[in-house]
Amino acid sequence: MSNVAGVSETVPSGPRYTKKDFESDQDVRWCPGCGDYAILSVIQKMMPDLGIPREDIVFISGIGCSSRFPYYMNTYGFHTIHGRAPAIATGLRLARPDLKVFVVTGDGDGLSIGGNHLLHVLRRNVDVTILLFNNRIYGLTKGQYSPTSEIGKVTKSTPLGSADRPLSPCGFALGAGASFVARTVDRNVGHMEETLKRAARHKGAAFVEILQNCNVYNDLAFNVLYDRESKILHELRLEHGKPLLFGPLDDRRGLVLEGVKPKVVRVKDVAESQLWVHDETDPATALVLSQLWAPDYPIPIGVLASTQAPIYEEILLDQEQKAVSDRGPGDISKLLMSGETWKIG
Amino acid sequence: MSETTAPATAVQKPRRTLSRAVIRFAGDSGDGMQLTGEQFTTEAAWAGNDISTLPNFPAEIRAPAGTLFGVSSFQLQFGSQRVYTPGDQLDALVAMNPAALKVHLGDLKPGGILIVNTAAFDQRNLDKAGYTKNPLEDNGLEEKYRLHKVDIAGLTKGALEGLPLNVKEKDRCKNFFALGLMSWIYTRPLDPTLDWIKKKFGKSADMVEANTRALKAGHAFGETAEIFGENYGIEAADMPPGVYRSMTGNRALAWGLLAAAERTRLPVVFGAYPITPASDILHELALHKRFRVRTFQAEDEIAAATAVIGAAFGGAIGVTASSGPGIALKGEAIGLAVTAELPVVIFDIQRGGPSTGLPTKTEQADLMQALYGRNSESPVVVLAPSSPGDCFFIAYEAVRIAVKYMVPVIVLSDGYLANGSEPWLIPDPASLPEIPVVFRTEKEGFFPYLRDPATLSRPWVRPGTPGLEHRIGGIEKADVTGNISYEPENHDHMVRTRAEKVRRVAQEIPPTGINGPRSGDALVVGWGGTYGAITAAVEEAQMNGHAVASVHLRHLNPLPPDLGQILRQYRRVLVPEINSGQLVRVLRAEYLVDAVGFNRVRGLPLATHEIYEAITQLLEVKR
Repeated sequence: MSNVAGVSETVPSGPRYTKKDFESDQDVRWCPGCGDYAILSVIQKMMPDLGIPREDIVFISGIGCSSRFPYYMNTYGFHTIHGRAPAIATGLRLARPDLKVFVVTGDGDGLSIGGNHLLHVLRRNVDVTILLFNNRIYGLTKGQYSPTSEIGKVTKSTPLGSADRPLSPCGFALGAGASFVARTVDRNVGHMEETLKRAARHKGAAFVEILQNCNVYNDLAFNVLYDRESKILHELRLEHGKPLLFGPLDDRRGLVLEGVKPKVVRVKDVAESQLWVHDETDPATALVLSQLWAPDYPIPIGVLASTQAPIYEEILLDQEQKAVSDRGPGDISKLLMSGETWKIG
Repeated sequence: MSETTAPATAVQKPRRTLSRAVIRFAGDSGDGMQLTGEQFTTEAAWAGNDISTLPNFPAEIRAPAGTLFGVSSFQLQFGSQRVYTPGDQLDALVAMNPAALKVHLGDLKPGGILIVNTAAFDQRNLDKAGYTKNPLEDNGLEEKYRLHKVDIAGLTKGALEGLPLNVKEKDRCKNFFALGLMSWIYTRPLDPTLDWIKKKFGKSADMVEANTRALKAGHAFGETAEIFGENYGIEAADMPPGVYRSMTGNRALAWGLLAAAERTRLPVVFGAYPITPASDILHELALHKRFRVRTFQAEDEIAAATAVIGAAFGGAIGVTASSGPGIALKGEAIGLAVTAELPVVIFDIQRGGPSTGLPTKTEQADLMQALYGRNSESPVVVLAPSSPGDCFFIAYEAVRIAVKYMVPVIVLSDGYLANGSEPWLIPDPASLPEIPVVFRTEKEGFFPYLRDPATLSRPWVRPGTPGLEHRIGGIEKADVTGNISYEPENHDHMVRTRAEKVRRVAQEIPPTGINGPRSGDALVVGWGGTYGAITAAVEEAQMNGHAVASVHLRHLNPLPPDLGQILRQYRRVLVPEINSGQLVRVLRAEYLVDAVGFNRVRGLPLATHEIYEAITQLLEVKR
C-alpha cells in the first residue's frame, strides 16, 4: 500500500481513538447478512486513522437502507429526506467549513430521486466524501428495480423485466466533473478500507461507489466479483502508474487503448510499452474505465480518478473574507443610512 | 441675487395646491417606464410627500415592441397626508404609445390629465394596439380628458441636436422628457434626478448631457407651452420626524436578515433558486458578504431549502426564499425542519397562480399552503409584513422566533410588497429586540430533544462540540432522547408537542392594534399587502360616520391571543383578500364567527374604493 498518491503514511497527531469510539449505542437494524454491516465496520475501523476529532465529523444521509448509516456512527449525524443529502451537506459546509462531512447514499437515493443534487455537489466540488452503496435494487421499499439494475430486471414493479438501461455511477460522477472517483466492493474489506481512506483524505468532492450485496432482494448481484474463480478473471485493481492487468497469474491479461477504445490483450502477446498504464489524474481515460464491465471487459476497482480542483465553499468564503478585509465587517446602521436619504422634521 | 430680474422665458403660471395625486407612466417595455416612475418617486420623496408605488411589468423580458402585452407601467400616489396605497383611479396618465393608451386609459379619471407621445401613434403601432383608427384624431378623448398631444420623441430629438449620439440612443432619452414634464406639472424638484443622471452615466459625458437636456427640455416645455395652463403643488406630508429612505419589500427582507446576522453574530446561509418575484432578495444579499451572508444559488428549489436546513444543523441562520411554485417544491424539506426542530426561515413572495400563473403579478393565495401545504401534521410559524418597510422588521422577527423556538418560520410577502416602495423612517438598529442564541455545550444530562419548559424548544448544538455527538433525522423520534421511535403514544405526544411549541409563539405577539372604535358595526380584518387599501377604506368609512374598525394581522400562525375577543366586539366581520377566501376560513374555523370575505383575484392590489363599497354593503345587510 506504499506510495499511493495522496495517502499519508504518517501517524495522525489528533486524538487517539479506537473503532469502538465510533460505534453508537443504537441497535443496527439492517437485515442479517446485508453488505452494509461490512461497510459500517470498515468505516468505524478506519475513522481513528483519519486523525479527526470525533466531534468534527458529520454523517449526512438521505433515505433508503444505506441512509440509516448515520444512526450507527458515534459522530454527529443527520438522516434527512430522500435524495437531498448532497444539498444538505453543501449547506452545512457553507456554514461550517471546519467540519469533515460524509454523505451516505444509495443507487436509488443518489442516482434517481437525488440525481440532480449528486450532479451539482460533484460539479461544484464541495469538500465532502460521498459513499454510494450500490446494490442495484430498492431495498427499503421491498424490491423494485433501481437506476443501476440491469435491463430486463424482473422485480415487483417490472414483472416482465425492466425496460430502462442502467447507469454507471462512476461514469455519472466523472461526467459531473468529480475530482475523485473510486469503486470498491463490500466483500473486499482491505481494498475498501484503503479506498475509503483515500477518499476521506481527498480535498474536494470524493465519490466512492461501493458495490454492496442486498441478500434479500438482489442477492449476489455482484457475484462476478464474489465468486473466487470469476473474481480472478474479472477483477482489475487500479494502481496509479501501473499497467492495467487482470486475470490469472499464469495467463495475465492487460488493456490497450486503440484510440479511445479499450481492447483486452494477453500480456505475453504485446510489448510492455503498449499496455495501458493507469493515470488517475486523467479524467478522460477514467471515463473509459468507468464503462468497463464483465464479461467483455474486466471490472476496475480502486481509484479511477483523483485530480485537484477549486473547492466551491473555499472560493465563496475567500470572497467573504476579502470583502471583510477590504471594507471591514458589515454595519447595519451605516447600510441603513447609505444611498438616498432625506430628513423630515 | 435680490435685484436681478429673471429672464423672461416664461410667464408665471398659476399653481394650485392639491393634497394628493395619483399618476401613472405607461409605455413599451423598452421605454424605461420603471426607471421614470422610480425617479419621480425620489423627487416626490425629496419634496417630503408620503408615497406608495405600484410597478407593473410584463413577465416577458423583451416583449415585442408596441404590443398590448408588452406594456410596462409605474403608478404612484404621493400626497401631503398619509398615503396608504398607490391609488385607485389616476389623476394623470402618460402614454408613450397606442398600446399603453389602450391598456391604461380605463383607469384615468374623467377630466384627468392625459399626456400622449404623438410620435408613437403611427399606423404600425396603432395596428399592434388594435386601434382601427387613430384615437387622437377622435374628439372623444379631448371631451373626456385634459388631453395633451406632445411629440415627446420629436421634442427630445430636437433638444439633443448636435450631441454625438445615434438616433436610437437619442430616442432612449424620451422618458426623461416625460419625467421632466411631469415634474413641472407637479412641481417636484429635478435635483435628485440630475444627481442620479450624473452618478449613473458619469462615465459618458454625452449621456449625462443628453439625459440632462431631455429632462430639462420636458420641464421647460411644461413651463412655456401654451397648452398647460397651471401646475400643482403638493405640500410635504406631516410625517414622523427622522431620516427617511425609499424602501422596497424585497430589499427590506434582505436588510432585515443582515440586521439579524449582525445582532446574532451568526453567518446567514441563504439558499435560493431564481424565481420571480423573489430573486431580488438573492441579488441584494449577494452584495453584502461583509455581513457574513453566504448566498447559495442552488440547483433547484429543494436544494435551496435543504441546504439551509444543513446550515441550521451546523449552527447558522438558514434562510430560503421563493414564490408559490417553489414553496410547493420545498414542502417536504420544510417538514424535515419541523421534525428535526431546526430554525429556518422561508420567504414566500406570493404571485398569481396556480402553476406558473402570473409571475409578475401579486396575489395572497399561499396562506393555506403556508399553514397546511405539507404532508401530515406539520405546523410552522407564519408571519406576514403589511408594507414594504415592514418587511425589514418581519424578516428580523422571523429569525428571532425561529432560533428562540427552534421552528421553521414562513414569511408571506407578495409581489406588490416586494417591488412596491414607500418612504421609510430608518429605524435605530439598537431598538430591535434581542435574538437570544444559546448553543448547548454542557455534556451533563444532554439529550437532543430535551425541552425548554417555556418555549418547548430543544437545544441547538453546533457539530464540533465535544461530547454532544448525536444523530437526528426525519424518522419519528422519542421525546427527550431523540432515539428512533415507532411507539403510537410517543408519536401522538410528539405531534402535540410540535403543535404546542408553535402555539406558544403567541407569547411573542403584542396586543393587536385596532384602527378605530373598540366595538361597533363592522371589523375589517386583513393581512399582508392589503394593509394600505384596507386602512384607507376604513378611515373613509369612519369619516362618513360608520362605526368601523380594522385590524391587520402580522402573525397568521399562531394568531394573536386577543383576536377572538376582538372579533366578538363587532356586529359584522369583513375579510378582504386577494384570494378566494383563505384567512376568512381560518377565522371562521378558529373562532366560530360569521366572517365574510371580500375577494378579488386579478393579480392586482385591492382598490380602496371597492373595499369601501364592500364595507358599506355589509353594513346595509340586515341581520
